[in-house]
Amino acid sequence: MAGLAQRLAGWSVSRPLRPVSFLKQLLRPAQEVAPVTLTQRRIYILPTRHGLVFALLLLAMLLGAINYANSMGFVLTFLLGSLAVVSILHTWRNLAQLTVSVGKRTPVFVGQEARFEICLGNTNNIPRYAIGLSVEKGSGEFTDVAPHQSACLVFSLPARQRGLLQAPSFTLFSTFPLGLFRAWSHLNLEMNCLVYPRPAPESLPLPVSEAQAGQGLRTGVGHEDFSGLRTYHSGDSLRHVAWKAVAREQGMLTKQFSGEARQEVWLDWGALPGMTAEARLSRLTRWVLDADAANQHYGLRLPGRVLAPETGTEHRRQCLEALALYGR
Amino acid sequence: MNKLAWLLAALFLAIAPHLTHMPLWVGPLCLVLGAWRFSVERRHARLPNKWLLLLLAATATAGVFSHYLTVFGRDAGVALLVVMIAFKLMEMKSLRDTMVVIFLSYFLVITGFLYSQSIPTALYLLLVVLITTVSMIGYSDVKDGLAAQPRLRLAGVLLVQAVPLMLVLFVLFPRVGPLWGLPKDAHTGMTGLSDSMSPGAISQLISSEAVAFRVDFDGPPPQRGGRYWRGPVLWDFDGRTWSTHRPLDDAPAQFTPQSAALHYTVTLEAHDQRWLFALELPVTLPPGSRAGSDFQILAQAPVRQRLRYSLASHTQYRFGLELGEKERQRALRLPAGGNVRSIELARSWRDTLKSPHAIVNQALAMFRDDTFFYTLNPPLLGQQAVDDFLFNTRRGFCEHYASSFVFLMRAAGVPARVVTGYQGGEINPLGDYLIVRQSDAHAWAEVWLAQQGWVRVDPTAAVSPARIESGIAAALPNTELPFALAQLDPTWLKRARLSWDLLNNNWNQWVLGYGQERQSRFLSRFHAMLASWQGMAVAMVTSVAALLLLIALWMLWHAPQRGKDPVRAAYLTFCSRLAHRGIARLPQEGPADFALRAMRLRPDLAAQIDLITQLYISLRYGGQRGDAGELKRAVRRFRP
Repeated sequence: MAGLAQRLAGWSVSRPLRPVSFLKQLLRPAQEVAPVTLTQRRIYILPTRHGLVFALLLLAMLLGAINYANSMGFVLTFLLGSLAVVSILHTWRNLAQLTVSVGKRTPVFVGQEARFEICLGNTNNIPRYAIGLSVEKGSGEFTDVAPHQSACLVFSLPARQRGLLQAPSFTLFSTFPLGLFRAWSHLNLEMNCLVYPRPAPESLPLPVSEAQAGQGLRTGVGHEDFSGLRTYHSGDSLRHVAWKAVAREQGMLTKQFSGEARQEVWLDWGALPGMTAEARLSRLTRWVLDADAANQHYGLRLPGRVLAPETGTEHRRQCLEALALYGR
Repeated sequence: MNKLAWLLAALFLAIAPHLTHMPLWVGPLCLVLGAWRFSVERRHARLPNKWLLLLLAATATAGVFSHYLTVFGRDAGVALLVVMIAFKLMEMKSLRDTMVVIFLSYFLVITGFLYSQSIPTALYLLLVVLITTVSMIGYSDVKDGLAAQPRLRLAGVLLVQAVPLMLVLFVLFPRVGPLWGLPKDAHTGMTGLSDSMSPGAISQLISSEAVAFRVDFDGPPPQRGGRYWRGPVLWDFDGRTWSTHRPLDDAPAQFTPQSAALHYTVTLEAHDQRWLFALELPVTLPPGSRAGSDFQILAQAPVRQRLRYSLASHTQYRFGLELGEKERQRALRLPAGGNVRSIELARSWRDTLKSPHAIVNQALAMFRDDTFFYTLNPPLLGQQAVDDFLFNTRRGFCEHYASSFVFLMRAAGVPARVVTGYQGGEINPLGDYLIVRQSDAHAWAEVWLAQQGWVRVDPTAAVSPARIESGIAAALPNTELPFALAQLDPTWLKRARLSWDLLNNNWNQWVLGYGQERQSRFLSRFHAMLASWQGMAVAMVTSVAALLLLIALWMLWHAPQRGKDPVRAAYLTFCSRLAHRGIARLPQEGPADFALRAMRLRPDLAAQIDLITQLYISLRYGGQRGDAGELKRAVRRFRP
């Protein structure tokens, strides 16, 4: 209740009041951090449209049984009614105790589809069948989840703006086994997808650094010769993790290699005068992609952030991330 | 594809028992449409044109109409439903259409119960429900994760869990009377005595093994020879057929019992007529019924459901000492003209013999001493039926003897009437009750004698004493008996037949006969509050809730076991602990890949993950039979 009041208070200050979206916002579940286990308080269950038709059929059968004083008519009507009631438990159990976690998220460029992967972990012995995921009104995909395994469902969403795209709230549901009842759980996970700026369409040649064009540098890190171990930093390539050391319980260590010298390029925000900020980011993004494709050492200079020249997918990722999050 | 096969099988089984009472073309039509639909699905072909279907469906509806001359009522309604389902198959596209067909399949099952509610029918239709449920599961299992056998098992589990709830509802749901009138054909196909008797009427009933009623005696049952079950009393004769145009509407006559009262309960099968049967003669009447001075008991409405009533009777009695003038005239009336020889014979008896009593004896002596035969297959009688029988054919069944005897008595001036009903019945020693079948149908006579009142005279007994003392099967030669009655029964077969009847009797009493009256009687045994519908409703809701809770608990505790393998169990515990932290193993991931991914996501746990995975792999795939203890300990320490 306190959370609701807070949200109400926050709302009235920040935004003008529009009744429909206001209500929607209120009903929207609070954002949570995955993993989330679907406990019984999170699962709702109601008859489907087929379930309502079935109820009408049962009513007709009951009236018939009463009128004809037909005992077996009563037996059948009550058996089918009980069948439907028992199916509520099965439908509910099909969804209950699933662990919802966030799967792989691949960054995308503006204009592409951002894909969100929701993984359902089944931590007990009951196989789950036909679990569906839907966003808004669209009916989504289905999956089965075997005992002690997990399975993932994907939904996608057009990426319209660079930055972090927050996933919308979604619904996990199931009508298994009879289709008469629908159990569902509404989730709003803290889950986002990084959206890189749209690369500028035309390919301009990479800018040549004014100073050290063609000059070699004795940069310390490369791929060729093993030069020692250091502690693991997040972002280090996993291929360089010393797993043997990990197994010996020495903690995570990264193998270091010394590399050769390379020509380097500076991609500089300041070198693109007379363009809007978004156009500059677009241009820089294109250059990062081109430089990476050409396997060149490149550095990125943004107002307030400088990334030293480097190569490799990790560097590319860092550069694109810096561009995506610039000013956000 | 597979789902459709199950659905078609369910429909086929639901329709099959109805085919016997539908126009001949309905069966082939259903088969053709079912096969058509199946091949459309198989070849991914298109469904037929909508207009063509509409035309065909209209033709079929017209066909149903021309057969029954209506589309309402039970028979025509069911035929129409079957035809419509068959056509619905041909335009079934969406899940919604399919669900409608599945629901109609359930509905067909309940229509099956309008025709028969016997134990075999119930078992058969339960099978149809099971298969329909399997097809319903198929349409919810969108990823086809379940094979046919697990689907069948799941449907079975659902039904088994539904049974206790169903029983509670069945016992506690308050029963009320019919809500509105029933269609005319709701109760056809019942056998029993009719309201008239012409030659051959009763011998037709003899071939039926159907049960007419069952009787529970409070004490020992009377001897077979004393078991006359009184039914319609027939006063009026037209030369061939006995009937009663206008039942007597005066109060039942007082009678003087001359033996102890017998208390018993009759469970009468529905026979769609108003009369009720009682052992001659009853002192009480079933509730809601009435009787004239001739003791023909009539219910208020035709008996269309099995009816249970308790009575007391005296087998020795004296009744009707006073005979009113109107009644006397009616009991002496003969059709004008015809049967001259019989009338002459009777008049000669009246002139030569002194008392009515002597006349009765004279007639019985004639049947006994002259060459009369008791047979199920008498020759056909001509226009002068009584003359023809008495002087030419001399072969007849009980109705021939009763009819000609009463005719002779009336012609001789002795008031007489025909009584029909049942005589005898078989004691079922297993359940200690009496079974009276249609084959026990019988006709006898009553004559009125001064100082004695109405006296029962059974001319059949004069011709064939065995019919009365031992029953129909003993009285007729084996070759004449209908197959069901033939004395082929070895003892075990007879015993099996009696056991089956006992089961049916209990089924009838407790399941099919569980109506308003029996319900309140049964429930008030437990608690007085349960006799009212409010009490029943409260008990029903409470017990349904309690049962659901039990089933839910059972489902939670009875999850399939992890298996006995300790290595696998330990590894699964490890996987579940990681899954609770959002790192669940993907179906395609082997242990090594999973460990790699987990270590990447949780570098702080990498050492433990690696150790457990190595231990698991070496125990599982390493070939040597290692000790699971180390793995178990490692998993126990693993608390992500």
